[in-house]
Amino acid sequence: MTVLAVRDLSKSFGGVQAVEALNFDLAAGELLALIGPNGAGKTTCFNMLNGQLRPDEGSVRFLGKELVGQSPRRIWRLGVGRTFQITATFASMTVRENVQMALISHHRRVRAFWARAARLYVDEADALLARVGMADQAERACGILAYGDLKRLELAVALAHGPKLLLMDEPTAGMAPQERIELMALTADIVRERGISVLFTEHDMDVVFAHSNRVMVLNRGHLLAEGTPAQVRNDPIVQEVYLGGGSTFKAEDLSHA
Amino acid sequence: MGFYVAQFLTGLASAASLFLVASGLSIIFGVTRIVNFAHGSFFMLGAYLAYTIVQVLPHGILGFWGSVVAAALIVGVIGAAIEVLLLRRIYHAPELFQLVATFGVVLVIQDVTLWIWGAEDLVGPRAPGLDGAVRILGEPIPEYDLALIVIGPAVLAGIWLLFNRTRWGTLVRAATQDREMVGALGVNQSWLFTSVFFVGSALAGLGGAIQIPREAVSLLMDLNVIADAFVVTVIGGMGSVAGAFLAAVLIGELNAFGILVFPQITIVLAFLVMAVVLIVRPWGLLGRPEAPQRGAAGPLEAPLRAATGPAMAFAATVLALLAVLPWIADEFTLVLVGDILVFALFAASLHFIMGTGGMVSFGHAAYFGLGAYGAALVVKHLGAGMELGLLMAPVAAGIGALVFGWFCVRLSGVYLAMLTLAAAQIVWSIAFQWQDVTGGDDGLLGIWPAAWAGSKTVYYYLVLVLSAGGIYTLRRIVHAPFGYTLRAGRDSSLRVDAIGIDLRGHQWMAFTIAGVFAGLAGGLYVFSKGSIFPDTLAIPHSVDALIMVLLGGVQTLAGPVVGAVSFTLLEDWITRFDYWRIIFGAIILAICILAPEGIAGFALRLLPGRLTGRVEESAR
Ligand SMILES: Nc1ncnc2c1ncn2[C@@H]1O[C@H](COP(=O)(O)OP(=O)(O)O)[C@@H](O)[C@H]1O
Ligand SMILES: [Mg+2]
Repeated sequence: MTVLAVRDLSKSFGGVQAVEALNFDLAAGELLALIGPNGAGKTTCFNMLNGQLRPDEGSVRFLGKELVGQSPRRIWRLGVGRTFQITATFASMTVRENVQMALISHHRRVRAFWARAARLYVDEADALLARVGMADQAERACGILAYGDLKRLELAVALAHGPKLLLMDEPTAGMAPQERIELMALTADIVRERGISVLFTEHDMDVVFAHSNRVMVLNRGHLLAEGTPAQVRNDPIVQEVYLGGGSTFKAEDLSHA
Repeated sequence: MGFYVAQFLTGLASAASLFLVASGLSIIFGVTRIVNFAHGSFFMLGAYLAYTIVQVLPHGILGFWGSVVAAALIVGVIGAAIEVLLLRRIYHAPELFQLVATFGVVLVIQDVTLWIWGAEDLVGPRAPGLDGAVRILGEPIPEYDLALIVIGPAVLAGIWLLFNRTRWGTLVRAATQDREMVGALGVNQSWLFTSVFFVGSALAGLGGAIQIPREAVSLLMDLNVIADAFVVTVIGGMGSVAGAFLAAVLIGELNAFGILVFPQITIVLAFLVMAVVLIVRPWGLLGRPEAPQRGAAGPLEAPLRAATGPAMAFAATVLALLAVLPWIADEFTLVLVGDILVFALFAASLHFIMGTGGMVSFGHAAYFGLGAYGAALVVKHLGAGMELGLLMAPVAAGIGALVFGWFCVRLSGVYLAMLTLAAAQIVWSIAFQWQDVTGGDDGLLGIWPAAWAGSKTVYYYLVLVLSAGGIYTLRRIVHAPFGYTLRAGRDSSLRVDAIGIDLRGHQWMAFTIAGVFAGLAGGLYVFSKGSIFPDTLAIPHSVDALIMVLLGGVQTLAGPVVGAVSFTLLEDWITRFDYWRIIFGAIILAICILAPEGIAGFALRLLPGRLTGRVEESAR
């Protein structure tokens, strides 16, 4: 079953064609990696999918519903979750409360005036935290967490409303190599058991080749190649334009560290 | 035709002084990111100094302009000195502290000025050689106005040259765009900041000095001009000098022509223009969008905790004491404690949007005053009783907050603070000028409680129940999903948006709720005093509420209550002195610099975590 169908998606900024006539489908439970050098248009693509940017042209259908023109809030309610390149969490709340906030919003109770928020959906929140291995830190203030823990917390928050699709822009940016592998392995396990589809961008090729079902290579807004990790790795055009010398990714890794 | 040309020229002339003040404010903000409340005080000092120097220097054209320039230079030096002595210490503090600290400077300068020049308005001399009028299309135009029309663009050109032809100007422009870059260039940053303060303050002083032939020099000049300067800077774009010029001309003309259509309430027009500009271009006509702030500035706030046993026992003891107070205290104490309760509710309502919501309001007195006037007006004009009056108070304030809040929540940070201030100025000017309805400066008198609540004791209980109930309700809301969502939006608007929450709508609602509770406090206040005057709505009263919250500690829920107690007692004591403002200003400055977490925050830090329920982990 197709969860996400993207057709002719285009966006330009002034003279720069950031994304041009992009077409792809995402199947249920599939992990699709979007890779490409800096400025390829990956973030622009993400922002169009989650409603932050309005495309110039094209359509994005999620489970049959058109997403173009919808607000990010509405898209979240339809069942699309997201994590950020730089973590965005509520620093003055505990770890559990961060998840509770997402649950409160999911259950449409943000305008409750009397109930004690800290007592709402505690079990649900703890179950999510346990799944990402953060149960023992539930009571800690979010503002004092280590970066890797923040990333896992973000994952729990993104899972709170039971999304069908997760959009993850550089989920492992700023992490040590070993941590990256662990976080992506955790993510892959969770989404497989829950049947969630994932579109993610990533600079670490080890992570991409280990955990994606399919890879799309973007270059200057164009889809350069698409296929299984093995196919993409061996694609001569990709090798020439992109993996040439193997230095491009390394250089980017540094710039993103 | 001639009449309109004359009106147009008057507009241009008054734009000159406004431009000078606003451009100084804008330059200072661009580089230091400080919104300087004391900028209006520099303007006022400029006028007073010019008034004095012009009498010392030989009469004549040279003497007059010489004293204008000398006044500007002296004000520049004063500004630079204040930067070195005070503001330098708070560059890294949250915006709120900076704004309040500069207000402390306002108070100090007020009293120093009062001490040197006295309370009487002073009328300056006319400008020699420019004291006549010329006829343009048959209308008499003061020659001095024509001079001002030339001075405005001339100073603009001068600033342009300074910015584009000197190394200093290049640095200032670079710093305005990107502060880190200047550090990276290896420039001595503190020297740059001080020099910018010198130039900015001198411009304000110049703006004040050139006004002396046009308006009487008075102690009201500082706060009067600062509201206008904020409006002009926000419309023009913070940090943009050309924008300040454009906006000053716009506001000058608006005032000149608006006075023909809506005499007296031209500030409403200015506010409308500002609101429209901010909605279309939130960063002003010629300003640049600011990079969004990530997270709350300042020290990290600890998570909320439900009240612990000892804390609840303490609260219960205080409540019990308050309940038996009429038996143990005299009437004077009863009234004082009643005042404290009212102000605690007022401060708690401000804390609700400011601490919990991260929206710093510089005009919260507007809602307190709307409540007070709302109650007073139904009593005066509709012959209603106290009960209906107390009901009207939160309703009137809520409606006001709903209207102004709609604009305000579209902004954040200093822009939000300035918009709330401008909104409060509007309410103030309506109360001040709509003589027939509000009694203007004379206020409304004879607003007394109903017969059953007529005794001091009964009214005290009414105040106790409604204030304590209001504070408890606010506290519950803070701990409820509504308050959590508000905090969440303050911590990360990005994440809140990504979990399906309409933050702006939520903040709008919070703003309105805060207004409702401030209005209730205002209603209680008016029946306890029996009268209401426009200063209840004025800037200093808004700042009082800010100081209460600051005194108590922004990050502490008990803060506003502690703050209201200390503030009211302090004020009661200090105002017995002649020069209480200077003491008060000094206290504000001391708090901002020495105890930014406030009294309650400070005490909480000393108490063991077991009692306060705080997590015992330090921030990373
Ligand atoms: N808001 C914007 N305004 C102008 N140009 C932009 C904007 N966002 C992205 N671009 C341009 O679009 C291109 C794609 O950027 P982006 O999607 O961020 O790439 P990636 O995430 O793959 O590094 C780049 O050339 C970038 O400069
Ligand atoms: Mg990117």
